[in-house]
Amino acid sequence: MTQLALVIDLNVCVGCHACVTSCKEWNTSGPAGPMSDSDPYGADPSGTFFNRVQTFEVGTFPNTQTVHFPKSCLHCEEPPCVPVCPTGASYKRKQDGIVLVDYDKCIGCEYCSWACPYGARELDAKQKVMKKCTLCVDRIYSDTLPEADRKPACVMACPTSARLFGDVHDPESIVSRTIRENAGYALMPEWGTQPANHYLPRRKTTMKIHEDELMRADNPLKIDGKLPKPSKQQPTLDDSTSW
Amino acid sequence: MKPPFSVIFLTTLIGIGQGLFLALYTGQLYAYFDLLPAHDSRSFYAAGSIIALLFLGAGLFASFFHLGHPERAWRSAAMWRTSWLSREVIVLPAFMGMVFLYGLAHWFNWHITVIEIAGGRKVDITLILGALGTILAFALFLCTGMIYACLRFLQEWHTPLTPINFTLLGGASGFLLASIFSAFAAPNSMSFYAGWAIALTLLALLSRSASLLRNKRIKPKSTLSTAIGIKHPHIVQISQGSMGGSFNTRAFFHGMSAQFMRAIKPGFILLTFVLPLIILSIGLFTPKLLIAAFITQYIGLLAERWFFFAEANHPQNLYYQKIA
Ligand code: SF4
Ligand code: SF4
Repeated sequence: MTQLALVIDLNVCVGCHACVTSCKEWNTSGPAGPMSDSDPYGADPSGTFFNRVQTFEVGTFPNTQTVHFPKSCLHCEEPPCVPVCPTGASYKRKQDGIVLVDYDKCIGCEYCSWACPYGARELDAKQKVMKKCTLCVDRIYSDTLPEADRKPACVMACPTSARLFGDVHDPESIVSRTIRENAGYALMPEWGTQPANHYLPRRKTTMKIHEDELMRADNPLKIDGKLPKPSKQQPTLDDSTSW
Repeated sequence: MKPPFSVIFLTTLIGIGQGLFLALYTGQLYAYFDLLPAHDSRSFYAAGSIIALLFLGAGLFASFFHLGHPERAWRSAAMWRTSWLSREVIVLPAFMGMVFLYGLAHWFNWHITVIEIAGGRKVDITLILGALGTILAFALFLCTGMIYACLRFLQEWHTPLTPINFTLLGGASGFLLASIFSAFAAPNSMSFYAGWAIALTLLALLSRSASLLRNKRIKPKSTLSTAIGIKHPHIVQISQGSMGGSFNTRAFFHGMSAQFMRAIKPGFILLTFVLPLIILSIGLFTPKLLIAAFITQYIGLLAERWFFFAEANHPQNLYYQKIA
């Protein structure tokens, strides 16, 4: 069983919103119709987005960290939004685990958005149907795009490679390995939704140097003990200038 | 949550319709066992069913305003295996149909005997239809309540008290309406229905107070820390990713001040329970006062339902604390 997902590295995300604009550009231009905006250049802009980058400040001044936090549908493995849908418009695909909305069936009752704890679903104000991230299902299986482009638009756009895409059920995939090796975690685990998307935590980049790395513990001269160590004041061979 | 007015009207209006039907059938059962004087089939049961249908129809009509695509509403019966909303969509028309048949049988006086029970009593078709209608009425209360109660992370709703409240509040308002109706159609049963209305209002007061007390002490399971997965007690949002509002800011916040929220709680308790109880107990036998009690209670119910929605705190709100 395949479960496609994104892994988002909070340690690398710089909050540039490139994924947001790239997502909107791709998904508003597709056959599913626009992700409508109202008053985009006015005083009170509003619109439909599949993906938003939020910013949080962790800690108290002066010890604070700014965390940029991209948020989209997590394609939960136990999606609470799917069983509540009365029409069957919301569904989870068997073959790859992507959670999708059939815009032709959706009656716009908003019930699924109540059932998603993450606020990942947005009702399009003009089309009056529920919208959410599709993991660019129309890109990743495309026959017309070059092979290298068959990835979600957000992943393609990220300048820092903070977004990875792959199958989290394949233990050797890039996403599974990164989750495993970098303590990837799921959001709001308390609800048992088992999000497929994972986040990688902020981590401090530190260098660990052990004492035996500063001084060679296995120095053959020391082991054999044949040559006594010259005193610091004595001239040595490799210090030719001190002769 | 943002209280959707269409849903407030839907749930309160069908509640009255269901309660009124239950009242009619209760009356019929009492009369059947000779505990109440018999009522006229056409002018009481059939006319009462029409009134119940009017309320149910008005509720159904209001519900369409909630939908983005009302023309596709028929699709919503599809997922009854998993969705309480879908179940409600099936049970509501089924119940209306049963009320219609019940009214029809009474209108044409179809007292065809279906079975005979011990003691030579005859069970006629209206009793059977009424029993089926009663089952559907309770099923509808259950569906309506479970739509909210099944959402586990809306902790204020996720309790058996939710469907119980819907049932008792619908029952109270329906029996109150039945007492007004009987004041005109069968005056000697008026105090019977008013008595039931008092009892149900008291019970509803009990269970609604229980849920208010319960919700006051809820500790949200989700915090900003679990929402973004960073273990730290001090996290504040700087930006929610948009300069203006979004669906998430419009649909999940009630947008009223804390004072308003504080005022509406005692307000709806007064209007839904206290005032109607006072008016009912002094005016047990005056139709005019019954009407006053009904209107007061209905306004109270609108406020109660508004508060029911507004009180529920959706975990997604953690992600939408600040616009910048
Ligand atoms: S993140 Fe929300 S919309 Fe996406 S699958 Fe999970 S519950 Fe459903
Ligand atoms: S808004 Fe659409 S997708 Fe969501 S529950 Fe209603 S019909 Fe299903």
